[in-house]
Amino acid sequence: MIAWTTAAPAVSAAFLGSLVEAVEALTIVLAVATVRGWRPAGLGALAGLGSLALIVLVLGPFLDRVPLDVLQLVIGVLLLLFGMRWLSKAILRAAGIIPLHDEAFAFAAGTAELRSHEARLAWLAGLASFKAVLLEGLEVAFIVIAVGAGRGLLVPASLGALAACALVAAAGFVVRRPLARVPENTLKFAVGVMLSAFGVFWTGEGLGVPWPGEDLAIVGFAALFLVAALAAVAVVRRPAAEALP
Amino acid sequence: MTLLMNVLHELSGLFFDDGWLAPAILGVALLAAAVAASAPGLPLAAGGVLLFGCLGVLFGNVVAKARR
Repeated sequence: MIAWTTAAPAVSAAFLGSLVEAVEALTIVLAVATVRGWRPAGLGALAGLGSLALIVLVLGPFLDRVPLDVLQLVIGVLLLLFGMRWLSKAILRAAGIIPLHDEAFAFAAGTAELRSHEARLAWLAGLASFKAVLLEGLEVAFIVIAVGAGRGLLVPASLGALAACALVAAAGFVVRRPLARVPENTLKFAVGVMLSAFGVFWTGEGLGVPWPGEDLAIVGFAALFLVAALAAVAVVRRPAAEALP
Repeated sequence: MTLLMNVLHELSGLFFDDGWLAPAILGVALLAAAVAASAPGLPLAAGGVLLFGCLGVLFGNVVAKARR
């Protein structure tokens, strides 16, 4: 029987550490869900959880030897590719360079090309959700190992991490409806900003960059991407009459 | 096999659907990696290259598309 006074530091450390990682994963899953629907986001998140469970079960004893920096680098670059592409299109829409609902318009035209485009966007959205859950889940696993292994506190640390994930999941359930009322391109703009910020953070982490403020640096990156994106909109904006198709 | 081809097609689309945006992002990441490897005493320099390189690529991509 483990004394509470012994387990409490491991539980609280795992809870707080996992809270940050779970919020990061939820941010991406929620953003993807709001823009592309719950189906791709949910399926991606479930696939991520399934893959994570499989990895933990199969590689559990070796998990602390997985090169997290390589994983961060690969996923960070993929998020940059995905997020900046999304942000670039959102900027062009906001500036009136391309029509606001171009995909929906093309869908109405019933072209086969659009159907494949829609399918790809849903697939990529699911992939973003999958990657976020997998990477953050792995980081949670690392946190649990870091605070619990070697001291016989893996179970209390796991309980702390699970409590944090459950709390964040409940919070996500509560805020999903208010998010759905935000205009589509505004959300895409925000998602592009967030994914780009996460991409820079994870790519840098993978390269060994000691970001000032650690995870808080993501907020600063998001602010910089937002300012740059808004500046880009202002620079390339067309008068409303010209923007009409 | 078809599924695998579809996955590969989706992945290639991710890289090449948007002109030079993806190659430019990869270029910035490679440059940041080179800086990190060549200047291990200045780890934040790689971070600066990565962050401001990405911001520059984004801005340049949007301006170039708007002029087209």
